[in-house]
Amino acid sequence: MTQELRVTNYPQVLTDRPTHYCPGCHHGTAHRLVAEALTDLGLVENTILVGSIGCSVFIYNYLSLDAIESPHGRAPAVATGIKRARPDKIVFTYQGDGDLASIGMAEIMHCANRGENITTIFVNNTVYGMTGGQMAPTTLVGQKTTTSPSGRSQEDTGSAIRMTEIIASLGGVAYAERVAVNTIKNIKKAQKAVRKAFEYQVKGLGFSFVEVLATCPTNWHMTPLAANKRIETEMIPYFPLGTYKDVLAKEEK
Amino acid sequence: MPSRVEFREDRCKGCLLCTEVCPTGIIQQSSRFNQKGYKVVEITAEMMSECKGCAFCAMMCPDFVINVFKSESEKGGAA
Amino acid sequence: MSQPDRIFIKGNEAIARGALAAGAKCFFGYPITPQNDIPEFMSQAIVDAGGQFVQAESEVAAANMLLGAAACGIRSLTSSSSPGISLKQEALSYMAGSEVPGVIVNVSRGGPGLGDIGPSQADYFQSVKGGGHGDYKLLVLAPGTVQEAYDLTIKAFDLAFKYRNPVMILADAIIGQMKEPVVPWTPEHRDPNEGRTWGLVGAKDRAPRLVKSLFLEDGALAGQNLKLQAKYKRMQSEVDQELFLTDDAELIVVAFGSIGRIVKSTVRKLRAQGKKVGLVRPITLFPFPADVLLGLAKQGKRFITIEHNMGQMVEDVRLAIRTVADSDFYAQLPGTLPTPDDFEEPILKALEG
Repeated sequence: MTQELRVTNYPQVLTDRPTHYCPGCHHGTAHRLVAEALTDLGLVENTILVGSIGCSVFIYNYLSLDAIESPHGRAPAVATGIKRARPDKIVFTYQGDGDLASIGMAEIMHCANRGENITTIFVNNTVYGMTGGQMAPTTLVGQKTTTSPSGRSQEDTGSAIRMTEIIASLGGVAYAERVAVNTIKNIKKAQKAVRKAFEYQVKGLGFSFVEVLATCPTNWHMTPLAANKRIETEMIPYFPLGTYKDVLAKEEK
Repeated sequence: MPSRVEFREDRCKGCLLCTEVCPTGIIQQSSRFNQKGYKVVEITAEMMSECKGCAFCAMMCPDFVINVFKSESEKGGAA
Repeated sequence: MSQPDRIFIKGNEAIARGALAAGAKCFFGYPITPQNDIPEFMSQAIVDAGGQFVQAESEVAAANMLLGAAACGIRSLTSSSSPGISLKQEALSYMAGSEVPGVIVNVSRGGPGLGDIGPSQADYFQSVKGGGHGDYKLLVLAPGTVQEAYDLTIKAFDLAFKYRNPVMILADAIIGQMKEPVVPWTPEHRDPNEGRTWGLVGAKDRAPRLVKSLFLEDGALAGQNLKLQAKYKRMQSEVDQELFLTDDAELIVVAFGSIGRIVKSTVRKLRAQGKKVGLVRPITLFPFPADVLLGLAKQGKRFITIEHNMGQMVEDVRLAIRTVADSDFYAQLPGTLPTPDDFEEPILKALEG
């Protein structure tokens, strides 16, 4: 006698609601990784989500968590306030690259440096998605956007900021890792990283940070498949994947 | 039928990311459009028997479209 | 903890102590003169009281930390001075829009721009007329003495939670830096479940709570604005003012905060000379005591508004009495420190005019 078992098991905290994201956008995958980590660690009922401004502003529609919407770039400050007010809660921010690495640069740097015991999920797709694909601080040199129509010029606008490297250099950071979700192998690593980030918060080790390299097929003017390939061919070479800081790994050595 | 994949067609955005991660290459774009106008993916009935139940497609899908099922006797491998 | 009957402290410290007496648990600040005594005092005192102190990276961040902490239903505050308050406006608009209670202290100084570090009341518009983007109101309380700074800070927290709205204490460098005796007190009754019905604590055994100010669905933003306006109307019942010798006065001086208190001395002096002048000192700037002023105007009294700015509250005075009277205006220029004598001439001129 054979009984059929379901292999896929979507966490309950992930609402059964179609997302507003474009075809092939990686936000949905990143949302799922967060949902899985919170569920596996049994944190769902104790977690407060701090949303940000950008395509993921509606994340509260997709994750069934107590949530607050923060002004553009200020999520780490809002999260600081929440964690100080409710130190027993799990607090995380979910931010894009325009939000975190441009208008919110001061907030993320100081939140990390203070070692606020929160987690930041940073989705880097190298453009301002929601506003129409403008140049972001993470836009690669040469990349065409609606505000760099001839391609980002290093002379005029500098080059793409590597956030995980910067964050890893700050004193209060317990864990900083860059991942991608373009292949099964990378998704599995990303799953572990997101889970670890929340585990470190549970352990009270300080600030944890996971950068997720992600596609924006619409604003890259690519098919989802071509955009997914670009992660491998252009983004990972400039934004190398891996662990940039891990306070526990250091202790083990 | 050892393994089986279900697509929630109304949720599929036709991005095709799942088609590239399937180790057996059985997922393909269908000729059907869903209500939102996306050309959805499918595994034809004759191809379904080749599914190994790895669920890579579901892991890759950004829209939680895919559910994968395995029969219990398969789970034990040779048993 | 036993409290001394009277302590001799600066207005800034009175505000900090008032916040602690009100049960504040989180303070977020940034250095700026003339309010530095508040974060300096809090850096130790609120921690001793089992709370949290954060010196933020900026005024912007401090105000957003307040947004976060207050969204959890925890009594929290930030303090600053005029240029810093300008930076906080973003978060204040979000707090008002998403109905988050919190206290913002403005020990105001001269402007525009960097201005000076001396007293000024040029933040009336910024405090009372919104300051940030969108149609919203802060409750604004303007202490005229150090004791009142203590008392109004306690009241500010009660009002913030009563209405789920940000409340501003609008002081100035005079109130903040001046030392006076204060009788400290602690409010007796506080709802232990304050904030429990809406604060963020994690969605356990209930639907998730959402603190937001984005309303994209058809008609949703209109609805939210109508809801806010109805709340601002309810706030009118909180109006408060000091009336000093107004009954038989021919001329009413309208002045708030430190200037109101200095003018009171001028009024006393002029009364001794037989001049029939009185004072209305608005204690709440929003809601504004428009009805009180209109009532006095209907009795045939005349008005002069005196402010430590180039003319801001006078617009509200004129609006209040416009159907029956008008108000003269005297500007105590920013960057100067007034004495009661400075106001004699303009008041007499208005009385005789």
